[in-house]
Parts: sequence; structure tokens; C-alpha cells
Amino acid sequence: MIWRYIVKRIIWMVPFLFAVSVVAFLLIQAPPGDYLTTYIAKLGESNEVLDQATIDNLRRRFGLDQPLYVQYLKWVANLLQGDFGMSFEWRQPVSDLVWERMGLTFMLSFATLLFTWAVAFPIGVYSAVKKYSIGDYVATTIGFIGLATPNFLLALILMYIGVVYFGTDVGGLFSNEYKNAPWSMGKVIDLLKHLWLPVVVLGTSATASLIRIMRANLLDELSKPYVDTARAKGLSEFWLIMKYPVRVALNPFISTIGWVLPNLVSGAVITAIVLSLPTAGPLMLQALLSQDMFLAGAFVLLLSSLTVIGMLISDILLVLLDPRVKYE
Amino acid sequence: MSELAANAPLPAQSDKKADEFAYASQWQLTWWAFKKHRLAMIGLWVIGLMYLIAIFSEFFAPDDPFKQNRRAVFHPPQMIHLIDRTDDGLRIRPYVWEMKRERDPETLAVSYSPSGDKVYLRLFGRGESYKFWGLWETDLRLLATVKPRDKFFIFGADRLGRDMFSRVMYGTRISMSIGLVGVAISLILGITLGGISGYYGGRVDVVIQRLIEFVLSLPTIPIWLALAASLPPGWPIVLQYFVITLIVSLIGWTELGRVVRGRFLAMKNDDFVVAARLDGASEPRIIFRHMLPSLTSHIIASLTLAIPLMILAETALSFLGLGLQPPAISWGVLLKEAQNIRSISQAPWLFIPGGFVVVAVLAFNFLGDGMRDAADPYGQ
Repeated sequence: MIWRYIVKRIIWMVPFLFAVSVVAFLLIQAPPGDYLTTYIAKLGESNEVLDQATIDNLRRRFGLDQPLYVQYLKWVANLLQGDFGMSFEWRQPVSDLVWERMGLTFMLSFATLLFTWAVAFPIGVYSAVKKYSIGDYVATTIGFIGLATPNFLLALILMYIGVVYFGTDVGGLFSNEYKNAPWSMGKVIDLLKHLWLPVVVLGTSATASLIRIMRANLLDELSKPYVDTARAKGLSEFWLIMKYPVRVALNPFISTIGWVLPNLVSGAVITAIVLSLPTAGPLMLQALLSQDMFLAGAFVLLLSSLTVIGMLISDILLVLLDPRVKYE
Repeated sequence: MSELAANAPLPAQSDKKADEFAYASQWQLTWWAFKKHRLAMIGLWVIGLMYLIAIFSEFFAPDDPFKQNRRAVFHPPQMIHLIDRTDDGLRIRPYVWEMKRERDPETLAVSYSPSGDKVYLRLFGRGESYKFWGLWETDLRLLATVKPRDKFFIFGADRLGRDMFSRVMYGTRISMSIGLVGVAISLILGITLGGISGYYGGRVDVVIQRLIEFVLSLPTIPIWLALAASLPPGWPIVLQYFVITLIVSLIGWTELGRVVRGRFLAMKNDDFVVAARLDGASEPRIIFRHMLPSLTSHIIASLTLAIPLMILAETALSFLGLGLQPPAISWGVLLKEAQNIRSISQAPWLFIPGGFVVVAVLAFNFLGDGMRDAADPYGQ
């Protein structure tokens, strides 16, 4: 049964991804003009003028003279072979540019997810067990402020504190000497040193809402008779809470992966731009602005796929962990 | 409310209370339940104040938000003092300490220091004249300097010497209204599609549900960026404003659609709906006259919770330079000035619009939470 459900969900992803690819293609086609218009305008700023023949030639070479659906079909056909096309701006295959950045994006999102859980779980349990204590109020207040502060503002404030009080630039994911170096032990350690700031910035709002969810769920469970029964039988308070109510309250916690992961991936875009992280965000923004359509399209498509996969994982986990969830 | 009746010590009074409770309309009960939520009441006041600022921003702003002043570049914020200690004794009148601009002869760096003089202010004073709502000319300002030539900067000045306080007041108008307009668009989409989906069910329901799932699975920010990047840069502000609102509300309607659908599904076979149907009421009448009214409070609550998301979205887009473009003023446009780490380390008051964003979002969240709890007064 469970396998049938998983297979069914995976098959469902095919039309989903197809729709995503159409949306991504339409989005990058939406701006008036194409890459060449931007390119010509840029050349025009430095007083270089291309004659019409060269422009037509370039347009033909990039395939920009063909009707939309032909361009789309070509794009998808190449995609299926793992070819994302050429980036106009970088004069490089898109796949060379995209994968490392997507990898870092995924790693950052995953690290943030772990951070979110590690922080939200104990605080949420504490808030519920010690309801209306000072600690609960502090956690609730911080949680609310975390929800209300836009990521980029938090990033800016932390950068400001870093520059003014500690005199260091806290942006980026690597120190200068490792920026273009091949992967090594030193580079990994350097990465870990820089990782905490974006993780904290990205994780705050998700942590805040997870704390609230955990607290509310656990409060519901704690008032149920089975807790009283366990207490009456003399189970120690710690085990009593951990063994039954927390396990039940954890369920909705897991189903949140479905939205936490996509939110992280998508929220990371703006934070990465502010903190100048070498992840997908900044390059995608640049590609969108210069109408570098294959590069932008690849990013939109890959980020969307990551979201769809995140939802799939959460649906499957939910079915695996909670036998009460029906898989129809 | 029922506990009120049960716990009241005096029988006469409890009767009165019980009577009042029994005769109260749904809205009255909702309001009573809402009033008990203290944070929500604070949120209501804060939001009321913000919309007041949004409506009368010209009056609240002491100065023209576009006027540049080369002699006030990065002017620091000034505190308003109320108790004036002069030789004649104490007097209560608002004033700020005047700041003198100095240029270091070697580094050419500009700095400000108190000159020791006071700049007196007057409530409801006369400032520079302006056109209120573009309709009639007036010069009444909430705060104005007594001497027309003096200047004061409550929130400091930006890199062009423009008064930040006035700019924040004007920004409030755009930022707070984008949420409202966006929510209105989401409301229409959400109620129509969610209502159809829940009321008719079957194949229509499946299609609309898949559509909602699809929109929800799109990564919001990359899609927003892509949509916003496709706007031609030269558009007039009003057009920019509407398109940005549209983009922002494109995502917002899904949540509302789900709420409405769920309620319609649950209510479809309730006694009063069945009764109306058996009575021969037409379908639009059943939907609009019988079903929607019992949803209103829920809808208002979810709308309130959707507004802050839209404010945050507009702020983020404008911050990246993809939303509203200057000369339009919104909190996000103002925060764009704070993007540069050099300018914020020199002028941390550029963060102030961010404070407004946080306060507005918090207030809306509190208000929405309170409304959601109060939405179903018969529930408890």
C-alpha cells in the first residue's frame, strides 16, 4: 500500500514539473525584448553600435527569431538530456554555472532546517510545559519578533553589528583565500565558520513559527487523560512528557518540512543577495535583470523542483510516521 | 461569556448579564470575545494609528519628502524635548537642540554637533504649503518650527538631506495600502474559486484544488522576482503600484481559497442550508445570503493575517529594486537606502523604516490572532 502511494506521488510529480517548466519559460519570456535588446542597449551606453545584419545574425544564432513554442520545445528537449543551454552573458554552459550554486543553496537550506529543529524543539516543549512562566513569555516575544522581521532586515542588522562593533565583514560564505580554491578540508572548515550567520538569519522566522506550533500541539496533548494516568502510575515527569505527549505533538512538526524547506529555499534568495552568498539567489537576480533567459530559466526551474521535492518528502514522511494519515 | 453568567455573585446582575448575552447579536458577541484579547486590542490601536498616518501623511510630515538639502546630508535624528528650562523658569513647549554642521579640515568628513541653541516647535503649526490629497492648498502641519527658516529632523536625514520622518510618513501610505488592495484582490479570487470548489465539489473541486496546490508549490520569491523583473522600468508609479500589488496577491489567494472551501464543504449539508434548499432558494441566494454571512468573521480574520505577508513582500521586492522605484516612497524603497553597509554604519537611523515594517506586521498578526479566536463566538 505504502509503496503504491509513494509511486503514485512520484508519478504525480511529472505533470507538476511539466507545468513548472511552462511557467518558468513564460516567466523568463515575459519581459519585453530579449537578451539581445538588453545587450544592444548596454553596448549603446559605451557608444558601440551594432549594424542590423550582425543583430539578425546573433538573433538567429541564439534561436531568438523562432516562435515561442519552438523555443520552448527546444529548451525542454535539451533539458531532458541534461543540457540547460548556454548563458548569453557568461558565454558558458548554464550547467557549469548552476550546479555548484544549487549545491550550496541546498546545503544552506538543509543546515537551516536542522538548526530550526534543534532550536524550536526544546524551546517549544519548554514553553508548553512551563506555560506562562517568564521563559515562556520571553520565547513567545522573541518568536513574534522573529516572525515579523523580514530576513533581509535581520541580515542587515547583524551585518551592521558586525561592522560597527566587531570590525569584520560578516557577509559571504568563504574567506577571500578560499573563494576560488578547490574543495579541501580547510575550505570546509572555513565554510562552517561563515555558515552560522545565514543559518540564523534564515532560520529565525521558521523557528519562531515552529515554536508556536510545538507549544500549541503539546498544550493540547498535556491536558488529555492519558497523561494523568501515566503520572498517577508514578512515571517521572521528564519521561512522562517525552514518551507520550511529545511524540504525538511531533507529528504536525514533521508535516511542516513540506513548507519549511520550500520557504527556506525561496527565502534564501533575498538573504543571499544581502549577504552576498555564492548561492543561487544573486546570480538568478542578475540573470533575470539582464534577461539571460537560459540561466534564469534554469534557476527558476531548479528552485521550483526543489520545492516540489520538499513537499514530496514531507508527504511521504508523514505517511511513514503516522499510520492514521490516510494515503489515498 | 457563559462563565460570566455562572460565576457572577449577584443573582440580579447575573440575570441581566445572561439576558444581554442571550439577546446579543453575533457581531456583539464577537466584539466582546475580541475585547478580552489584550494584544489584539493593542494591535487594533497601532493599526488604526498607522492608517491615520497613511490617510493624512501630508499633515503628519513636517516637510516635503522629496526636498533635498545639501546642508543636511546624514543629519542625525533629534529628540523632541518638552520641558524647556529657561531663565524665566520651566515652561512646557516642544523644542529640539539645533545641530551645527562642521567639516573636518583634513579629512573633509562632515560631522554634526549641538550648537547650544534651541529650535522651538509648535503643534498644529504652519509649515511649507502643500496640496492636501492633491485637492486643496494648506500649510497646516502636525509639527512645525516656530521660525519658518529652522529645520528639524526627528528621524534624521538621508544621503540627500531629505527628512526621513516625512519620508516614512509618506511611505506608510503606500506600504499600508498595498496590503489592503492586495487583500481585496485575493479576497475576490479566494472566495470565488474556494466557494465554487467547496460548494459544487466533484471534478471542479479536483481541478481547483490541483491549481491551488500548484500555486502553493511554486517558490514564492523566485517567482515574484521573475515577475517583477519583467516590468518595464519606465512605467508611471500608479501602474507600478498596481502591478506589484497584483503580483503580491497572486500567491495570497490560495490560503483563503482553502479556508473558504473547507468551510463550504463542512456547511453544505448543515440543517439551515438544507432547509433553504428545500425551501426552493436559488443557488446564488443560498451561497450569498445563507452561507457567506456565517463565514464573514473567519474571512476577515484570514484577510487580516494575509495583509502582513503582502507588506513584507512589497518591502522585500522594493528593497531589491524590483518593486516600486523611486520617486515612489514605500518602506521598502526607503530601506533600499540602507542596503549599503557603509551608509548604515554612518547613519544607522536609515533602519527606522524597518522598525515600522516590524511593528505593522506584528500588529496585524496580533489583530488577526485575536479575530480568529473571536470569530466563532458560539464555539466555546
